[in-house]
Amino acid sequence: MSDLSQALSLALELVVTLDPQMLGIVRLSVLVSGSAVLLAALIGLPLGAVLALSAFPGRGALVVMLNAFMGLPPVVVGLGVYLLLSRAGPLGEAGLLFTPAAMVVAQTLLVLPIVAALSRQVVADLWEEYGEQLRSLGVSGLGRMATLLWDGRFSLLTAVLAGFGRAAAEVGAVMIVGGNIKGVTRTMTTTIALETSKGDLALALGLGLILIALVTGVNAAVFLVGQWARRRMG
Amino acid sequence: MKRLLLAVLAVFSLAAAPAGAEDRFITLASTTSTEQSGLFGHLLPLFKAETGIEVRVVAVGTGQALKLGERGDADALLVHDRAGEDKFVAEGFGLDRRDVMYNDFVVVGPSADPAGVKGGKDAAEAFKKIAAAKAPFASRGDDSGTHRSELRLWKKAGVDVKAGGEWYRELGSGMGPTLNTAAGMNAYALADRGTWASFKNRQSLAIVVEGDRALFNPYGSILVNPEKHKAVKAADSKAWHLWLSGPKGQAAIAAFKIGGEQLFFGDAR
Amino acid sequence: MRAPDTILPLELERVGFAVGGRPLLDDITLRLEAGVRTIILGPNGAGKSLLLRLCHGLLAPSDGSVRWHGAMAGEPVRRRQAMVFQRPVLLRRSAVANVRYVLALGGVPWRRRGALAMEALERFGLAALAQRPARVLSGGEQQRLALARAWAAGPDVLFLDEPTSALDPAAALSVEMAVQEFHASGTKIVMTTHDLGQARRLADEVVFLSRGRLVELAPAVEFFKGPASPQARAFLAGELVC
Repeated sequence: MSDLSQALSLALELVVTLDPQMLGIVRLSVLVSGSAVLLAALIGLPLGAVLALSAFPGRGALVVMLNAFMGLPPVVVGLGVYLLLSRAGPLGEAGLLFTPAAMVVAQTLLVLPIVAALSRQVVADLWEEYGEQLRSLGVSGLGRMATLLWDGRFSLLTAVLAGFGRAAAEVGAVMIVGGNIKGVTRTMTTTIALETSKGDLALALGLGLILIALVTGVNAAVFLVGQWARRRMG
Repeated sequence: MKRLLLAVLAVFSLAAAPAGAEDRFITLASTTSTEQSGLFGHLLPLFKAETGIEVRVVAVGTGQALKLGERGDADALLVHDRAGEDKFVAEGFGLDRRDVMYNDFVVVGPSADPAGVKGGKDAAEAFKKIAAAKAPFASRGDDSGTHRSELRLWKKAGVDVKAGGEWYRELGSGMGPTLNTAAGMNAYALADRGTWASFKNRQSLAIVVEGDRALFNPYGSILVNPEKHKAVKAADSKAWHLWLSGPKGQAAIAAFKIGGEQLFFGDAR
Repeated sequence: MRAPDTILPLELERVGFAVGGRPLLDDITLRLEAGVRTIILGPNGAGKSLLLRLCHGLLAPSDGSVRWHGAMAGEPVRRRQAMVFQRPVLLRRSAVANVRYVLALGGVPWRRRGALAMEALERFGLAALAQRPARVLSGGEQQRLALARAWAAGPDVLFLDEPTSALDPAAALSVEMAVQEFHASGTKIVMTTHDLGQARRLADEVVFLSRGRLVELAPAVEFFKGPASPQARAFLAGELVC
């Protein structure tokens, strides 16, 4: 148990003293996972709505694929993105390997299936309720998507949060495409992996606690906002 | 299609560009053992102060580091597997391999020492005893420089670990995780002295064999051949290569100590 | 070419609707004229709501045809009808925003939407609730908001499917008054109801359905005085008919 209490006090110390190196790592983690989730939402929300509302050949296969890809191993995504962005790969000339941008690409791919699959579910459920009314009003396809996405905003926020949780917690993809370069691509999870491999379990666990606190904080904030808004909007 | 993807990527890089991303830097593929010993934390600021070039270290096993060099994803390498390095240069992927420094491997084991090898000076002999006692042994199993050295030692000891048995455990992880596991299951392991010196979770592990010539662990610096990949930063990586193998780099290596102990010894000629 | 002043009359010719080979509506031919309040009556399961949805175009008939003013179809016809459901589906935004939504759909320029929306809310006594989220209004208020929304669309025809069955008497009365407003402004009313008292108060003509068939189509006065069919007589007498 001494490891655990040591970890707790280390985590506290890092937070209280606002250790600049730790702040940089936390900032990068939030920036990378946040951008990835933002981009995944920009693509995934409309994609989910399209899948929920329109029929086209191959739609069923796409839905099954999205659902399956929710559990995609981060390492596999990382490896795929690495091969794409490697200087010997097809997109090597962009020069993004071992940069935060590469990590954003990988995490976006990781989060996209979650956001798209969950928002498809949310929109499909809403359509059950709204379908007749919207058809009665003569709302067009695009208008239906926009209306349902907006009216499902509180549930969709949960989908986006699930994506953020996955992005912030994964280590496999960012390790491969970011390279865990100190001060450049070192995130909370790769630092934890590194400190663990150095046998500094207390520091690793301390950082883990900070990560958990961060993700919990974001979730709590969104939960409270959602509660308040739900009560207000019915 | 590719143009479109590149355009999308440009947006990504804007979205995630850290402040001052246009800094001058090279990418160095090196080993977990050097990174985890803390050596780079000591060397790189000195080099940057002198040249303005930032060195970004991607720390992986030697096998993967060579692979990164092959694909042009690194500008220079600092690795420790002489045979692999020579092959890398011979195949035209690398240029100008130089000896830079060495440290040594140590055999670590549980204080109970079930194979009775403590205090020995002959690594191969110790390996033979470990195999005979079927005492648990934790192998990196990740095609790293350390792993390749370990396999050479088994060969020298005349033990076929492929046929091995329950006692020989291939972990497929880096040096640190391997030591963590060895500590957890009271196993013997081969470790580089640098990682061992800075490793904190030793539990009952201690050095059992050291000082054998066969445990010599030389590191080489190699430039990635810019003719294979246009994007390789030839000039800046050459500056690093020359600095490291020159008097200033060699002095810096000698000055790096943990707990008063020198971990790496410059041997550039 | 100028659009005609009304999409009415609505003509159904030999309309049938079947699900999985089972006919739910069969061989229905009728003509609904402008200016007349049509109430659709009939026992449970007679197909009242179904008929309303076929008229409104939410469902396509399996047999026969539904025709507006000769042959008008598509978007222009859709825009000139509105429907109020038993349970109104309001958007998760303020009452006034719900009305503005419909105005935007109808292509009303942005600047004019605010005034028109408030005007519609005022007409149905909702002006004070304009900024309230629609979903937290009471049942009666929600139904009136659905009517205000329909009003904003300015339809030629308003379909209402049991609009008061989930409401208490006071709220039901306010909905009835709203329906009268529509009628007075020249909107054709087509409505289903369970409530015979309501039917007597509102109907100009009655469409009586039983077991998916059109049994009677008669002026309200005649229907309530002496229905021609035995099913309708039994229905008015409160007997179980099916």
